[in-house]
Amino acid sequence: MQPRTTIAADRTSTASLTPPILDVHDVTVAYHQRPVLWDVDFTINSPQLVGIIGPNGAGKSTFIKAVLGLVPLAGGSVRIFGGAADAVRRRIGYVPQRESVDWDFPVSVLDVVLMGTYGRLGWFRRPKAADTAWARECLAQVGMADFAHRQIGQLSGGQQQRTFLARALAQKADIYFMDEPMAGVDAATERVVFTLLKQLRAEGKSVLVVHHDLRTVEEYFETVMMLNMRLTAAGPTAQTFTPANLRKTYGPRLEVLDAAAEAVRTKQRSD
Amino acid sequence: MLDLSYNTIVVLLGTALLGAGAGLVGSFSVLRGRALIGDVIAHAALPGLCLAFLIAGRKNLTPLLIGALATGTLSVLLLTVLRRYTRVKDDALLGTIRSVFFGAGIVLITYIQNRSTEGSKAGLTSYILGKTAGMVAADVQLIGGVALAALVCVVLLYKELRLASFDPGFARVQGWPALLLDNVQMTLAALITIVGLPAVGAVLVAAMLILPPVTMRFWTDRLSKLLVGSAIIGAAIGGLGTLTSAQYSLLPTGPVIVLVGTAFFVVSMLFAPRRGILARAAALRDFRRMLLRQRILSRLYEYAEGPTSEDAWLTESEVATTFDITPAAARHAINDAVFGGTLVPRSSAKGTEYGLTDAGWDHAALVVRGERLWQRYLVEHPDLAGQLVDLDLTNIDDYLPADVIRKLEASLAAEGRLPETSESAASQASAARRQGGRP
Repeated sequence: MQPRTTIAADRTSTASLTPPILDVHDVTVAYHQRPVLWDVDFTINSPQLVGIIGPNGAGKSTFIKAVLGLVPLAGGSVRIFGGAADAVRRRIGYVPQRESVDWDFPVSVLDVVLMGTYGRLGWFRRPKAADTAWARECLAQVGMADFAHRQIGQLSGGQQQRTFLARALAQKADIYFMDEPMAGVDAATERVVFTLLKQLRAEGKSVLVVHHDLRTVEEYFETVMMLNMRLTAAGPTAQTFTPANLRKTYGPRLEVLDAAAEAVRTKQRSD
Repeated sequence: MLDLSYNTIVVLLGTALLGAGAGLVGSFSVLRGRALIGDVIAHAALPGLCLAFLIAGRKNLTPLLIGALATGTLSVLLLTVLRRYTRVKDDALLGTIRSVFFGAGIVLITYIQNRSTEGSKAGLTSYILGKTAGMVAADVQLIGGVALAALVCVVLLYKELRLASFDPGFARVQGWPALLLDNVQMTLAALITIVGLPAVGAVLVAAMLILPPVTMRFWTDRLSKLLVGSAIIGAAIGGLGTLTSAQYSLLPTGPVIVLVGTAFFVVSMLFAPRRGILARAAALRDFRRMLLRQRILSRLYEYAEGPTSEDAWLTESEVATTFDITPAAARHAINDAVFGGTLVPRSSAKGTEYGLTDAGWDHAALVVRGERLWQRYLVEHPDLAGQLVDLDLTNIDDYLPADVIRKLEASLAAEGRLPETSESAASQASAARRQGGRP
């Protein structure tokens, strides 16, 4: 096992003076009158990497979509940098699930990354040479510089995911929301995502990531949010990612818990 | 003989403009997965036409089109509401709404025609299958106006429409009013459908929106070219269809235009480079041949690793039996490899045998290395098998991080099973892949 990188939680003394980066208060979401998220409370005061975990159908994606205003709230409120999401759109970066778009759409990789700059451009204005140069730079950051002119359907799953990441980078946001960026991607891409997360964190940005692989939670995230229709636990990964909380979140389903228990055992050995 | 009278020119201009506008607007409908909504609007326009005729009392184009637009819009609203408040599946909803409105339209048309001689003279039936003969300059102006509006919207809102069609969720997070942009696109589709009704008819006008973009999609991967090309194809279909139907005065225009469009579509589907059926079949065949060549090379390499290097030569029939392929396929693969400089023939007691050239050794080493690294990787990470994507055996370096590769290489080297590969061969193979798109 390689040594785990521990990122010190950076609690600045000004946290109490500036509004929280993200303040989710009692958020409830319902589809067809059936609640899928109950009373979720969650606050980020300082920049951090947050892993959102929970079983299938736990409402992880719904949580992100509710925060971003993509699904209506049945109750509660969300403030980002002290304002409504609509007031701070330019500062929000988003990586949707890869399956959410049609990859046969006739656009090139560079076209998609340029979409990240549209928010700054505003109505009617087309991207300029500087925007294109920036988009290429973002592509290079995810190791996709050679693929700029490919149609997006001719990419592997991992390359498609990297394209989405480059588009989010092109947004130059301060807080990022990523929906399963490491699901079904090759090992090289997973490494790229992880490096990018650390880099964004080092730049003082916050990233919330819906994550499915319990074995890597401790390595990747300093804060963890455990969801199963309600918030079962949230806080620093070291104290929160425990067998008891995992059982509360996933239920006594063995196949999942085995992996988690193994992760915890490995951790105890290395401590 | 072509009779380019004033009337013909008017009609030709009308249908060509209609085709161009429909191609342009239809591109976004098709990309957004909304191709069938145009069809619903067209069918639902029929009862509106009839009601407008009953109210206005005569066949005056403007009120008729307003009536058509009213029921067309109503059908879309109904669709939206039912989609939201029921759990009926989308295709069932579309099919039901279309049929109900169309049925109502047919009943109204029959009622109007039986009611009075004026009704039967109004020729409302021509709205079902289309009839261009009655088209006058004012109709063409109307079609031209809608097509121009579509052009202006698409040029001004190119970036916005592209984003909202590709990824509406992302567009909303960025603060774009995705619903408004959707409505702009839907309104344009509804308008072009309605003004197209007299010429092409309710049953088939949706094909004017669908056929040009799906035809053009075979020829390009760029949205800008898709839009321009669809407009041109739409104009061509409209014009050619009109000319053809003008030759046979009994034929309604709609079906002829659709048949002309279908011809464009079928030719594109078969013969387009890259996306056409023939090109795809050829690409698949080339890929299989490449894999076969790689397997022949790697087999020879493994024989050469054995105790006697004399085994590293195979005849055509040995290749055929080893890989369970026909002698012709074996001959073809060997000829390709000889031509590519990786295999060389020599004569022996068994007949002509083939072995690796120097370049063949390099390539074979790369293939064998890839094969063994993948196998080792899968043994160590069986849970990741589902992540492996389209690969030939030389591109493992694109999918695994360098440090993982180094570890795998070390474990193979410890057993003496790591082929020695030259840097230049590896970088050549990777450069060729990047240039060539999907292997």
